[in-house]
Amino acid sequence: MDAIPILKLDDVLLVSIQVDLSDQTAMAMQDALADRITTTGARGVVIDISALEIVDSFIGRILATTASVSRMLDADTVVVGMRPAVAITLVELGLSLGEVRTALNLEKGLALLRQAKAIAADEQ
Amino acid sequence: MSQTHSLEGLLPVLAGDPEGIVDEWSEIVTQSLRGRVSKPEVRTELAELYRTLRAGLESSDFTELHGLLAELSRARAVQGFSPRETAVSVFALKQVVSRRIGDDLPLGEFLQFSALVDDLGLLTFEAYSQAREQVIAEQAEQLLELSTPVVKLWDGIIAVPLVGTLDSARAQAVMEQLLEALTSTDADTAIIDITGVPAVDTQVAQHLLKTVMAARLMGAESIISGIRPQIAQTIVALGIEFGDIATKATLADALALALHRRQGRS
Repeated sequence: MDAIPILKLDDVLLVSIQVDLSDQTAMAMQDALADRITTTGARGVVIDISALEIVDSFIGRILATTASVSRMLDADTVVVGMRPAVAITLVELGLSLGEVRTALNLEKGLALLRQAKAIAADEQ
Repeated sequence: MSQTHSLEGLLPVLAGDPEGIVDEWSEIVTQSLRGRVSKPEVRTELAELYRTLRAGLESSDFTELHGLLAELSRARAVQGFSPRETAVSVFALKQVVSRRIGDDLPLGEFLQFSALVDDLGLLTFEAYSQAREQVIAEQAEQLLELSTPVVKLWDGIIAVPLVGTLDSARAQAVMEQLLEALTSTDADTAIIDITGVPAVDTQVAQHLLKTVMAARLMGAESIISGIRPQIAQTIVALGIEFGDIATKATLADALALALHRRQGRS
């Protein structure tokens, strides 16, 4: 089973999915990510799925729950780099990924997190 | 077409005065085409056809003739001639030949020749309709390509001005092209302008919503603009919910909103 690498970048964790996710890998990723968020105290998570060609309803749901779990651990999650074909499939499946934030690419995803943090800082 | 044609009596007639036959033949055909193809042009075509026909009769192999005829009717179909005008080009040969045969030729032989020409006429019809269908299919495809341009309005803002009725095939093409453009131009705002869409029914609205959702999954926000008063009333009457999707009356308003959002971000 392939392990999905989780990289730390300042206070952001970068999950770069480079292989097609099997159900087990996806669940293992969710566990590992939750662990890493608590151990590193990360405030943001970027999940890069630009290499992902197949997303089924299960993986779609995993992405959604991962985002919810991360938010509960006080880390904003952004899914970046979804391919057009994947987006069409998810819409056809009726999956909207709930409240998951999305961005076109890694750069924009990081900008989005920075912005969210700035707003949160303003409010405090 | 595979039956053998024993036309011992007719072959000398056909070989007797080829120039004269082709002349007379092209005269009739040119008249039927009413000057849309010049006579020398018709003559060249028919001379070639006649040569191939005679070669075919001698060898009982009509493959070359069929190819030539199919090509001819394809050209006619593209030029916009009617199938009747195309078939006359072949049937006129009967008329020309019947004038030249003497009383000594058995009727059966001429009937056989006639059947052969009839077959050839039907062949032109077949090739003609095939070519026409191909032309129509190509045009439909071109129209689909033409009808879904994605334009870049600003740095990070793209727009699809939709004109004409949206059916499933078009809506699919629009969705695909819009999403592809999002990745290729790095745009995070898409404006879907439906000023030119005459009617919006539930199906069209469904397609629009799907497109907006897919764009959102990729990380881009969409604005729907150009909703005419009547369409707005229809949409409300149909009970369609656009939810939190931004809608604007004009493309200008949509662009203003998109620029405003950009400023808020940077």
